[in-house]
Amino acid sequence: MLHIENLHVAVEDTPILRGVTLAVQPGEIHAIMGPNGSGKSTLAQVLAGREGYDITEGSATYCGQDLLELAPEERACAGLFLAFQYPVEIPGVNSTYFLRQSYNELRKQRGEEELDAFDFLGLIREKLALVEMDESFLKRSVNEGFSGGEKKRHEILQMAVLEPKLSILDETDSGLDIDALRIVAQGVNQLHAPDKAVVVVTHYQRLLNYIVPDFVHVLYEGRIVQSGGKELALTLEEKGYDWVKEPVQ
Amino acid sequence: MNGVAHYQSCFNDLVGKDELLSLRQKAIEHFADAGFPTTKDEEWAFTNIAPLTRIDFELATSASAPAALDDYRYGLNGLVFIDGHFAPAHSHLNGLSAGVRVERLGDAIASNGDLVSESLGQAAATEDEAFTALNTAFLQDGAVVYLPRGTVVEQPIHLLFVSTGQRANVVSHPRVLVVAEANTQATLVESYVGLDSEPYLTNSVSEFFVGPNAVLDHYRVQRESAAAFHIAATHVREERAAQFRSTAITLGGRLTRHHIHTALEGEGVDSTLNGLYIEDGAQHVDNHTLIEHAQPHCQSHEFYKGILGGRATGVFRGKIHVHQAAQKTDAYQANQNLLLSETAQINTKPQLEIYADDVKCSHGATIGQLDEDALFYLRSRGIGHQEAVRVLTRAFAGEVLDRVRVPALKDQLDQLVNHRLDQAAAAVAP
Repeated sequence: MLHIENLHVAVEDTPILRGVTLAVQPGEIHAIMGPNGSGKSTLAQVLAGREGYDITEGSATYCGQDLLELAPEERACAGLFLAFQYPVEIPGVNSTYFLRQSYNELRKQRGEEELDAFDFLGLIREKLALVEMDESFLKRSVNEGFSGGEKKRHEILQMAVLEPKLSILDETDSGLDIDALRIVAQGVNQLHAPDKAVVVVTHYQRLLNYIVPDFVHVLYEGRIVQSGGKELALTLEEKGYDWVKEPVQ
Repeated sequence: MNGVAHYQSCFNDLVGKDELLSLRQKAIEHFADAGFPTTKDEEWAFTNIAPLTRIDFELATSASAPAALDDYRYGLNGLVFIDGHFAPAHSHLNGLSAGVRVERLGDAIASNGDLVSESLGQAAATEDEAFTALNTAFLQDGAVVYLPRGTVVEQPIHLLFVSTGQRANVVSHPRVLVVAEANTQATLVESYVGLDSEPYLTNSVSEFFVGPNAVLDHYRVQRESAAAFHIAATHVREERAAQFRSTAITLGGRLTRHHIHTALEGEGVDSTLNGLYIEDGAQHVDNHTLIEHAQPHCQSHEFYKGILGGRATGVFRGKIHVHQAAQKTDAYQANQNLLLSETAQINTKPQLEIYADDVKCSHGATIGQLDEDALFYLRSRGIGHQEAVRVLTRAFAGEVLDRVRVPALKDQLDQLVNHRLDQAAAAVAP
């Protein structure tokens, strides 16, 4: 589904990613872990199409397409989804409008008819229950005045509505209390299916107790320095990141 | 012949109503003394009116009435003026509450001469104000709204000023006089629209006398055509515990300026000035506001937002003058600007002059581009670049439009603004 090959990315001549290679198949859950500044969020942002990054070498192919050639909206329509580490507050843009617009853009792309406001409300009610969010939130502006937990649950709500093929969760667990973490993880697990894949980017092992990965990769100084099964996360938790730094040096 | 001499000559050719002659004569003298302002005048430093003064504008001889004006009525009744002339066939007053008088100036002079002579020109001074002087010098027609003590008008009153733009270089000098006595309440929509593409000048002056405890909700909608010049002054005098709420929407014109001056002359006045301007191409828009706190315990709230694209230029100047007597003043001013292109420009200048020592005054001005994070967030959810730009600019404008309390007007303004923002969004390259 996703093939990243020797990806090099720089920001204003400073190299951030220095040769990332990663293959994600349908049905798999991958965790990318690493200390602060290792390039985890850059990788997530680059895959979603954020501007401001120079791709100096390498490639990323998604479902047979050159991912790096696509505009962010084209990636979304092709089924790629990024749950933001810091979801953006957009005053004056109604949440329902935003969700419906987004949902209908994806439907249009698939050649399906747009859903009207009434039918969409039915759909959104069902999805709200999944992330235990109140209907009153639909009247609010996108992320405006949301608590940290609400913002993250809102990301998972969007994921539930858009039903992406490939979801990238960028530190979705950071700043969450255990209840919010459980809700978020439950949502992700319920949405997972054999034809879908998830990449969880996280600093801590905690989330991986709830979303169990098939593969764990350690990103350090812009490269994947270790890959393994879910037990690798536990080793990291026990030994800390210093343990992976050593073999590199 | 050009400039001042041209208008003096026109003045001499114009035979007007005797009742107004002395006012008009004084005004043409004031105009000749002041001359047109230049960018050397501090108040006009960022608005160069040379393109306007190079043209000798002529008065329209009569109102040629276009067939349908329904698109510009917002479903409201009131008076219609075409190229400066009252258009009785288009004016409808049915449905207005009893008590209120909405008349053309000539009729108001005949029926209520004292009211007119006591108030006309009493808020809009002609000294040192070239355009107000010019308007007053050519005063022939206009609208008078009179709310006798205690009158409450449910239906909004609409004063519609149409410029046909069929013949080049026509000038109109619209004049509005509103006298709201004690304990009255009304909503007034003052709107300007241009139909055809020839250049013209609208030089309007509006005067509001808001009596004790009176509540006046005022909307000013400017939709002049692309070749139009529009110079306007709104002068407001507010008495004890009056509430005046102004919302000025500026969409059209080539070179436009609106000066609004509100004088808080009694205790406990609550004054609100909202504004939204959306410009692109080579348009120039100048919003010039002056809030004068003359008495204690008054509040003023000022909130102007602008969206500029293309090579548009804008000016916002907001002066709050707190007199020494005006203790316990609470004044707030904000001006926020969104620039959609590299070449659009805005000059924003808040100005506080405070002579009282126990007051709360604040101001803030921002100039920015669209929030890149928000843009990316929307795009990452499948919303295309152009639509994302439109959504964000619409949200920016929405903060002002949501303050419009006349539903029919709000609906139509939403559509007009959406249309304008579609154009602006289309022009923003991804």
